[in-house]
Amino acid sequence: MRTVYLDHAATTYLDPAVFKAMAPFWNNIFGNPSALYREGRRAKQALGEARASIARILNCSPGEIVFTGGGTESDNLAILGIAKAREEAGLATKSHLVTSAIEHHAVLRAAESLEKQGYTVTYLPVTPDGLVDPDMVRSAIRPETLLVSIMYANNEIGTIQPIAEIGRICRERGIYFHTDACQAAGALPLDVNRLGVDLLTLNGSKVYGPKGVGLLYIKQGTRIAPLIYGGGQERRLRSGTENIPGIIGLATALKLAAENRVRENARLTKLRDYFIDQIMRRIPKVRLNGHPTQRLPNNVNVSILDIEGEAFILSMDRFGIACATGSACDSATLEPSHVITALGLPYEFAHSALRFTLGKQTTRADLDYTLAKMIPVVKRLRRLSPVHVSLEARTVTAPKAFIGQNFPIKARSRRRQ
Amino acid sequence: MRPRKIKPDRRRADLVDQKGDAWVYSGIVKDHFFHPRNFMLKEPKDESGFDGIGVIGSPACGDVMKIWLKINPKTERITSCQWRTFGCASAIASTSMMSVMVTENGGLTVEEALEIRPQDIMARLEGLPERKVHCSVLGDKALRQAINDYFKRTNQSHRIIVEGAKVIDKALNITDRDIEEAVLDGCRDLAAVQARTKVGTSDPSCLPEVEQLIRFYVEKYYG
Repeated sequence: MRTVYLDHAATTYLDPAVFKAMAPFWNNIFGNPSALYREGRRAKQALGEARASIARILNCSPGEIVFTGGGTESDNLAILGIAKAREEAGLATKSHLVTSAIEHHAVLRAAESLEKQGYTVTYLPVTPDGLVDPDMVRSAIRPETLLVSIMYANNEIGTIQPIAEIGRICRERGIYFHTDACQAAGALPLDVNRLGVDLLTLNGSKVYGPKGVGLLYIKQGTRIAPLIYGGGQERRLRSGTENIPGIIGLATALKLAAENRVRENARLTKLRDYFIDQIMRRIPKVRLNGHPTQRLPNNVNVSILDIEGEAFILSMDRFGIACATGSACDSATLEPSHVITALGLPYEFAHSALRFTLGKQTTRADLDYTLAKMIPVVKRLRRLSPVHVSLEARTVTAPKAFIGQNFPIKARSRRRQ
Repeated sequence: MRPRKIKPDRRRADLVDQKGDAWVYSGIVKDHFFHPRNFMLKEPKDESGFDGIGVIGSPACGDVMKIWLKINPKTERITSCQWRTFGCASAIASTSMMSVMVTENGGLTVEEALEIRPQDIMARLEGLPERKVHCSVLGDKALRQAINDYFKRTNQSHRIIVEGAKVIDKALNITDRDIEEAVLDGCRDLAAVQARTKVGTSDPSCLPEVEQLIRFYVEKYYG
């Protein structure tokens, strides 16, 4: 059966060149880089070359890169590591963080854990298009602010944030600035000087590299403490025998991404806009979530009203088509997408939100096949649905269905200002 | 009935929850999802021909179910149970299975239908994963609401069962849910709520509590 994979934002397959580059490092160049003998030296050299290669892409020095076990770990290291270092240095004055309502859970949950320890966190709201306003960042910064963390591009709605502008503001005020660039890596420039960041998270699994490996760029002079102790690898900031095959894979993937970025962006943008245009034309009552142009070239996120996301995904799976949803029914915690909710939309829009993220292998024929299958699926699910949500709705459509139950009815983001 | 746990080969899993339990959508759930029974093909413009209508939402996830019942007045058997569901495959399958259960073999009487529990719906579906259990609860609640509506329409209010609702006006059997519904319909003060529900007209001692509830619901929905 024909399969169409449209969930590249969740994870990607390995590029064949990445697979090839990693191959010698399982059994051939397998040594522990900390060892003195030749197997160790060879591994150490490969590690150094990978680090240098990535440093060229980020325009930083190799010593500023710390390899981790993935994007989530890098986010945790950035946020909790900065806080920990501050505490260990005895600086009792700085205890506030600024982030956005649409960050990845790795950032939000880490921030929440700091709140439990007495920190205050400002979760900045976003515009209806999902953009962070740099002026709001400026007004949120206080004398006791320690860190600002705003993701480069959002994984659900693809919105690209004004990182360079926010970076300038943080530099003016002397605040550490972290950005999660996991979704941005394939499509956007990663020059850390231009971005003005002190910390930057990257991982392999979104750029046709291996899963389970990532990195954190840490600007020289940043006061940060490790979360993982042990043999002292990665300048004591991330102990543990280095995942050499993974790191080689990550470096290769990032190199390929940087080389192909412009060409691939052009190709994907065209396909993305074609797909969005076709959906909006051929299916009524659809809302595009996120900014129309300040958006990742491969991201399509639409709320197809009156139908529920998980039912849609199961129906599409029958045709070999894979996509994602912001519906509560599809999340392990039964909560609707916090990103869609942060756009000021009622939960029904999250329930109906579908994300299609295109990739290297996606062709126009794939999109036409997807459209041909999804239109009857939408029709069928709408025939089964009792709700009639209006595109202009900003509060829940059928509140009486929830009488006597403690359902949060108003359309407001989980996060207060 | 326990859902089949597939530990080793999770490639077949349709759902994998945080605890790592994999669950394959049972054949029956898939059948009811892709071939739902008794759903309402065309939403009726005139709903007076139905004997009981229930709309219920799930606070767990936001799914919404609507049920239209036709009940034989003499035998009190449910002759038709049509429905529509805004929700996942488990929710749609639960409503479909529930509709089959109440109408098969000539149809259950209203009293028999009230004895159905969420576990019975789940058993007929051959199980649902833990985080989808609330879908069967929703189906059960929707059925009860439709039956309560039938009791209201046929002036049998004494048979109405509302779980968890607190009776505020004992004389007229008005619950906090009735007040909530009035506020949702636009009544924002005591005068409006009283005009609609007659609450407190024969027993004014409940009025302080009524006013407190009105303030609470106005704040909740319009604050």
